Amino acid sequence: MPIVSGSGETRNEHQLNKGIWSEAGAPVANPFNVIGKRVPLKDAYRKVTGEGVYADDMKFPGMLYSRILRATKPHARIKRVDTSKAEKLPGVRAVVTGADASNRFGVLPVSQDELALARDKVIYNGEPVAAVAADTEEIAAEAIWLIDVEYEPLQEFLKPADSLKEVAPELQIHDKVEKKHPNTNVHKAVDQEFGDVEGAFKSAASIVSGEFKFDGISHGFTEPHAIVAHWDADDRLQLYTPQQVPHYTHRALAKVLELPMHRIQVIRTMVGGGFGGKSDPFQHEMIASLLSMRTRKPVKLTMDREETFLTGRGRHPTEGKLAMAFDKSGKLLALDSNIIIDGGAYGSFGVVSSYYNGVLSNGPYWMPSFRYHGKRVYSNRIPSGAMRGHGSVNPRYCTETLIDMAAVELGLDPCEIRLRNFLPSNTLTPFHRFRITSNGIREGLAEAMKRSDWKNKWGKLPYGHGIGVGCAWYISGSALPIHWNKLPQSTVHLKIDMDGGVTIHSLAADIGQGSDTMLAQCVAEVIGCSLDRIHVKSTTTDTAPIDLGSYSSRVTFMAGNAARKAAEEIRTRLAAAASKLTGQPAQYFDFADEQIICRSKPSIRVSFMEALHEAQADIGALVASGSYQSPPLGSEFKGSNAGLSPSYSFSAFIAEVKVDPETGFVQPLKVWAAHDCGRALNPMSVEGQVEGSVHMGLGQALTEQMRYRNGQMLNANFLDYKIPTPFDTPEIEVIIVESADPEGPFGAKECGEGALAPVIPAIGNAIYDAVGVRMFEVPMTPDRVLKAIEAKARAAAK
Amino acid sequence: MAKKMLHITVNGRPFEVAVEPFHTLASVLRNELNLTGTKVGCDMGTCGCCTVHIDGKAKLSCLTLALECEGAQIRTIEGLNEGQMHPLQRAFAECGGSQCGYCTPGFIMKSCELLQKNPEPTRDEIKAALSGNLCRCTGYMKIYEAVETAANELRTKSVPAPVKV
Repeated sequence: MPIVSGSGETRNEHQLNKGIWSEAGAPVANPFNVIGKRVPLKDAYRKVTGEGVYADDMKFPGMLYSRILRATKPHARIKRVDTSKAEKLPGVRAVVTGADASNRFGVLPVSQDELALARDKVIYNGEPVAAVAADTEEIAAEAIWLIDVEYEPLQEFLKPADSLKEVAPELQIHDKVEKKHPNTNVHKAVDQEFGDVEGAFKSAASIVSGEFKFDGISHGFTEPHAIVAHWDADDRLQLYTPQQVPHYTHRALAKVLELPMHRIQVIRTMVGGGFGGKSDPFQHEMIASLLSMRTRKPVKLTMDREETFLTGRGRHPTEGKLAMAFDKSGKLLALDSNIIIDGGAYGSFGVVSSYYNGVLSNGPYWMPSFRYHGKRVYSNRIPSGAMRGHGSVNPRYCTETLIDMAAVELGLDPCEIRLRNFLPSNTLTPFHRFRITSNGIREGLAEAMKRSDWKNKWGKLPYGHGIGVGCAWYISGSALPIHWNKLPQSTVHLKIDMDGGVTIHSLAADIGQGSDTMLAQCVAEVIGCSLDRIHVKSTTTDTAPIDLGSYSSRVTFMAGNAARKAAEEIRTRLAAAASKLTGQPAQYFDFADEQIICRSKPSIRVSFMEALHEAQADIGALVASGSYQSPPLGSEFKGSNAGLSPSYSFSAFIAEVKVDPETGFVQPLKVWAAHDCGRALNPMSVEGQVEGSVHMGLGQALTEQMRYRNGQMLNANFLDYKIPTPFDTPEIEVIIVESADPEGPFGAKECGEGALAPVIPAIGNAIYDAVGVRMFEVPMTPDRVLKAIEAKARAAAK
Repeated sequence: MAKKMLHITVNGRPFEVAVEPFHTLASVLRNELNLTGTKVGCDMGTCGCCTVHIDGKAKLSCLTLALECEGAQIRTIEGLNEGQMHPLQRAFAECGGSQCGYCTPGFIMKSCELLQKNPEPTRDEIKAALSGNLCRCTGYMKIYEAVETAANELRTKSVPAPVKV
């Protein structure tokens, strides 16, 4: 049985992870010394004092400033770019255009469709066309307006319906499109069918369906994109960038700049929020590097907020037609899902998004038959990409809404119908063979129901006041790396020298989620030292072993396991040293509180430093390496790799709202958020991740939308793109469910992304409970809610 | 445009600096005085990241022209921890009120003004005071906790009063 925070339960026999049993064999409340403690983030004091260094805070002698000239047409041939006037402006040191870099790049090897700067044609309004490096920002800003660009408009593809149509090959946005759909702008199509879908729909007691529409949304991180590139005196490129994935940027830079990777050092600065929006290799990284190589000076490039929106990679605008079939007991029989996602101008992570929009609907419920037709189209809009909960969020809204509709049709409580369908623990899903290990979703939902007083509220609150439920699951890291090779997905190096400092080298990117702290906790737990001894160096590719970075909610599971393994190697050596010093057998030592203690005779002990110096005799600093590679998983059909993960998180949320029937305004009152993260290595961080996910989900549910006219984004600022303020954010009660994953580090699974998806349907279902209307368009803005209420009133009047 | 001389006191230290008339206080603090703790998230007064104190009042330094501050007393995040960390700074770190940290200086400066005016704010008063600041990471819950923790500490324990400028 998983442990639910605040429920008064203690751990029991299901928690089979190493080290959680006491001497007498009885379960203990918290068997760990550092794991499970509310620990401030390693870099928190630098952040609260203003000492933390973000890219725009950096200054170098002789540094130049760069600005980018961006396309003003959604789709147009570039007839001429004349930079001569800009070059003559005093203070301008270099101008670059598409002619300066011809190699295409992109985060996925299958979608190498981006250029540092547009060549021949521009494919979205906002695409970089030219860039300037100058002595000051003002000169650079003035210079880009001296660059003349002559465009010849091409046919624009601004709606998915346009992108699906057949066109002459020369009108395609990209030469390479989905093989199954030649002469279109379809980037990727995924077609999967398993089980007897037709039969299921024929025999169903309840069939529910809906046509859904989602606007595109943006990550909205508070730090605008900013970088510094420096081609240094040793002919090496130093790139300072707030990257979630320094390794992929490293690869892409080498390709675009035609340099061996070792001539480039990528240095991650503090990341002022990422959420997936800083995980692609970016054009601005290439541009600043080109300008620095040209001038041999450090070049800083800081975007304004509008440019940050235009750089994009947010959640895909989505259109879906979905249907689900249930038997009369409420058991799910089938899902038939047709989804079109608007990828915008580039491939980005889109091939993965195309799969995730379908396959991640195979949980958290047992799915006896499944059909998915998904298409990702290119369009002349801002590129979409990966955003928190990548690929799972919009389809989750659809399925959670449909399940609610089925519950109403079958006369079941919406929580009850979910409980009847949840995946069990320790199972494989029938078709994709997703391996479910620990699963605490039942306990989570039960606790959320209890705390929200669900039974006395659902269906019983007055008109305009409602309560709703939403459930979800998510991967704890993609089991397959983006680049196919034999390298581990995470490697962590440890170094302990005579000063007693423990240095962790890793390329897992701390983007504010606290991964440095997580690594430090994993190491401290194993070798029994204090957290103060541990220093995490996770910023530079020169010193850190490769880690695939912070995306797909992989860091705790993968880098945490790698850190644990490296620490276990050090522990073995310290134990040998303690054995030598005490004459006790090496396997009988416990490590805690800076002591290495003989288990049978606790009075026999050596201090951490004594054992360390003994272990260092003749060899100097202790160094160790640990790595993580996912076990072999999954099925063998084409595309079966998508969605595989060594473990999955589960969440069950309940939201209570008030809806003003006069204005359609939805006021969320409270969200109860139960999330199964396996084990909360740092409960404060887990709560922070879940609360942040709820906040971001509320934004997509109610206020956030990227609005366009003629291919131009209309609201590329925080005044018109509405992120929930303190006033808009209700109380969030986090319920941590600990199901103790058998393979996660100390039992941990992901918690940073999966907690976003259930918020949106919980709000939608609460709106139904409040005013009796189903919302098929997200965000559920007052005008849309009001329209639905009025339509319902008109239908009732007939 | 010709540069003009600006005389300001920042965190108790007088500065004389030549600025362009169009430069904002945020840009002078960051680029001329190297006080990069003050962050710029939107440069148009919508996110609150750049909040500093001008003559004791929390203001958006991205919407304030530097030359408007002639003779003013400015306090930035760097001016809060003179000698030791301000209880708000410690509470933001220890309650999890800071994740990516980019909005944190603005939240702390705004909260600092609130606690000077109202040493015992309710949750709603905290929300109202911070409603002009955006945080994309925390969902605000831990920020409220941090402000309440610091308020409590400032009221009940003998900690040094915040540095007056």
